[in-house]
Amino acid sequence: MNSLPARYNRSIDWVTVLLYLLMVGVGWLNVYAASYSPDAPSNPFGSLNFGQLMDFNWFKQIVWIGTALVLIVVLLVIDPKAYDTFAYGLYGLMILLLIVTPFIARPIAGSRSWLELGPVRVQPAEFAKFITALAVSRYLAGINLRQQSFRDQLVLVGLTLLPPVLIIAANETGQALVFAAFLLAYFREGMSPIILLILAAGAVILILALLVPKVWLVVGFTVLLAVVLAANWRSLRHHLPLSAGVWAVVIGMVFGVDFFFNNVLQDHQRKRIEILINPSADPLGVGWNVTQSKIAIGSGGLAGKGFLQGTQTKFDFVPEQSTDFIFCTVGEEWGWAGTMTTIVLFMALLGRVVFVAERQKSVFGRTYGYCVASIIFFHFCINIGMTIGLAPVVGIPLPFFSYGGSSLWSFTTLLFILLAIDAARKQDLERY
Amino acid sequence: MQYLEGRKYVVQAIFLAVALVFATRLFYIQVLDGSYKLAADRNTLQRIVQSPYRGLIYDRKGQILVQNTPVYDLMVVPREVKQLDTLRFSQLLQLPLEEVREGLQQARKFSRVKASPLVQNLSTQELAAIQDNLIDFPGFSVKARMARSYNTHTMAHALGYVGSITPKLLERPQYSKYQPGEFLGITGLESFYEKQLMGRRGVQYRMVNVRGIEKGAFRDGEYDTLSVAGQDLHLSLDSELQGYTEKLMAGKRGSVVAIDPKTGEILAFVSAPMFDPEMLSGKGMGNRYMELLNNPEQPLFNRPLMATYPPGSTFKLVNELVALQAGVVSPNTPFPCNFKLVRCTHRHEYPSNVGIAIKQSCNPYFYQVMRATVLRGRSSNRFEDARLGLGEWRRKVMQFGLGEKLGVDMGQEKKGLIPSPEFYDKRNGYHRWTFRTVYSLSIGQGEIGITGLQMANVMATIANRGWYYTPHFVRGIGSGGPLPEYQVKHTVGVDARHFEAIIPGMVSVVDGNGGTGNNASLADVGISVAGKTGTVQNPHGDDHATFAAFAPAQDPKIAIVVFIENAGFGGSSAAPLAALVMEKYLRGQVAPWRHRWEEWLPGPADRFIKRRKY
Repeated sequence: MNSLPARYNRSIDWVTVLLYLLMVGVGWLNVYAASYSPDAPSNPFGSLNFGQLMDFNWFKQIVWIGTALVLIVVLLVIDPKAYDTFAYGLYGLMILLLIVTPFIARPIAGSRSWLELGPVRVQPAEFAKFITALAVSRYLAGINLRQQSFRDQLVLVGLTLLPPVLIIAANETGQALVFAAFLLAYFREGMSPIILLILAAGAVILILALLVPKVWLVVGFTVLLAVVLAANWRSLRHHLPLSAGVWAVVIGMVFGVDFFFNNVLQDHQRKRIEILINPSADPLGVGWNVTQSKIAIGSGGLAGKGFLQGTQTKFDFVPEQSTDFIFCTVGEEWGWAGTMTTIVLFMALLGRVVFVAERQKSVFGRTYGYCVASIIFFHFCINIGMTIGLAPVVGIPLPFFSYGGSSLWSFTTLLFILLAIDAARKQDLERY
Repeated sequence: MQYLEGRKYVVQAIFLAVALVFATRLFYIQVLDGSYKLAADRNTLQRIVQSPYRGLIYDRKGQILVQNTPVYDLMVVPREVKQLDTLRFSQLLQLPLEEVREGLQQARKFSRVKASPLVQNLSTQELAAIQDNLIDFPGFSVKARMARSYNTHTMAHALGYVGSITPKLLERPQYSKYQPGEFLGITGLESFYEKQLMGRRGVQYRMVNVRGIEKGAFRDGEYDTLSVAGQDLHLSLDSELQGYTEKLMAGKRGSVVAIDPKTGEILAFVSAPMFDPEMLSGKGMGNRYMELLNNPEQPLFNRPLMATYPPGSTFKLVNELVALQAGVVSPNTPFPCNFKLVRCTHRHEYPSNVGIAIKQSCNPYFYQVMRATVLRGRSSNRFEDARLGLGEWRRKVMQFGLGEKLGVDMGQEKKGLIPSPEFYDKRNGYHRWTFRTVYSLSIGQGEIGITGLQMANVMATIANRGWYYTPHFVRGIGSGGPLPEYQVKHTVGVDARHFEAIIPGMVSVVDGNGGTGNNASLADVGISVAGKTGTVQNPHGDDHATFAAFAPAQDPKIAIVVFIENAGFGGSSAAPLAALVMEKYLRGQVAPWRHRWEEWLPGPADRFIKRRKY
């Protein structure tokens, strides 16, 4: 076995590492700005001891970043084969942990999902993401998704849904939603695009059902279906039962929305969606977060107010400003230039991860790569979407930017397992 | 499997689509839509208005009357109060325990994080007593602000007072710049000259956080402006003369107005009963205000401007002047003292000319003078003749500044009433009244109503032989003169020679043998006084006494009207009081033999009536 530097020097994907460091660095600057207080001493290192410094989020984030770097070394030292080999074992352990967490965790902010290990608090749900990604990649590598049996499909669905179900049980809906991201990876591995299309159409119908009077939807869809049938009567006349079935399902969905909305969703979730539809309702209550977040970002202008000059974020108008709403600080202090840079950074990283995934020779490696991209993309989508009023307020962090050890470690692990697998791909070649 | 590789483009397209949507949306809210910037400023910018230093008020001789002294408000931020020993705290403040508790409760209700006043208007001495101990009570602080303090115990009615703005006033457009709780002039000169005294506010922009706590200056104070102190007022009132007059008016109800006829400057302005201006300032002001308001003697009522009385015999002078100008009588026209027309005040010599008529205040004489003015055969119908005549008479009388506001520099002025033909049409019916209905006007009784200030202005006009400047209190604003409207000479449409015709009669009222105003004579110190007594019939009680005069008769420097309610005949109380004030002003002192008047005059009015009965 080669020494570590020799093993990774050429084969590690430095572009991804560079993007990672850039994002973590920019993220830290914004965490510093978000937790910066003009009243605090200008040179805290001179006057405060470690314990006092740990009162500041920006300092704790330095500690988290430092430990994340150590974590990276550990991840690269481990033989990449291990991720494949132990995928199911880890998955089993994680499921156990998710089951016991609500019983041994103290309730924090309404959910029993944080475990306390001495001074450090971790959220098992954060780590469920990469472990599930490993497990489903392992599983997909062993079957052919195009010709899979019904039983294989069922197992895959079960593997994917078990963790989010347990996470919802611990009342962390946001983290559970992330598992929807796996669909993109499955799509790349051969899942029928119709499933994606149906889900997308379903989402559109659900959203329309909330926005547009239901009668219009029913009449509109009926007319549309009739026109399509009439235009293609020759080819479609044999599919009348199917058409009728589709019609029934759509109409059912239109009217089912209300039931889902009123009886399935919890009160705070329902309000978050109401706010998305009508942002000006209740601007001082539930709409506060979104309204203030948009004000903070919108007031940034083209070039922003400047580093540490943000007023909305600094003076506590935006809640959760260093964690879930960190993008507000970016938008306010760096303006459109800053938000575009952030988006470009994410696009670059996602593009690079897809590129890395595509060059994997193993299904395991490629699937895992796509899982990484999909999970990061989902976070990017929902987190930024909610700060600018395009997505409901779901409490999930912006990868690499948001303050928090659990989140940073989990995304670091997610990404660097891929890099470790990627670096070993030449060894695989050598071996075979 | 190779064909699946194409799906990477689909996945990347999805990524890019979302990025594009975000970029567009961000461009819209960050660059195109300016409303978020406004909303951000509304969130964080707080305008702090600095009240300027209010202008000072000086008297005629440059003595300071009204100034600003710092007072201190004890402020409390409820959130910062820690383990308050209320008992010790209330002992320190020398306030009842319940009051402290209630104050804290109020403050908590207002805001837990913003400072609100617990005790207001602490003087420097009161502050010194508690300041050292305040350090033991976190959450309490002291805020200094300027309040009015008075260097005089007189002229409360003229000065007016300063108080915090009421919510009702705040809604008016002219007070749109005022902040709730800000102080402004409520009455008197403080109110009329509010704009000049106020100065210009300074504005500071501060940044605040979501809880309204200050976080420093906005852009290092680039948009801040400094306040500009208000302008000082220099009054025409003479505080020594004022104090002297107030002393003489003590214990009575009534008014005294003295004017410098050459300039229209008001020299003394007394509304009795008086109160100390200090009462409406400082700690406990609200309670004292309510005391004054509920006092049955109505000390807050500004009598010289607001009380309209029939002027009584002093009005005969105006009647005579109108008749002379109309040419219907001459100074030598005799009229018999005919008791059948109207009862006369007393038996007296035959009024063969206006001088005797004035000296004796002959009622039938002036009845006939006014009848000559009103009934001139303008119509063959005697009702219409009286109607036309009264209308003409009224227009002439109003030239003297009667029946409408003079425009003094104080807000509470009343118009008074010079009844019009329409007034009687409405009361008695059209063509249902004749001169017999309105004859009381000839002797200043009946429906007519005149304020003390208006009568004083008539005296100044007679002293000037036909013109006046609108009476005013302020002869200088800052380093400039009075307001422009007080530099315009008004004429009353009566020739100077007609004034010369009646002034000898007025002099004889005071100095002539058996004149009704002999008590006002200053001949012993070489000053000739022209005056006229009056006794106003009062259906509600004892008659009111009045005396109007100016002196010296040939070169008048002071015109004065004294009005004492329920004091009976004007010659016995009002006349000597006027004499004392005029002598004090003209000579700076009062002749020793008149000191007995000074000792005798102060006190309740009914004594003057008893004296007459004996």
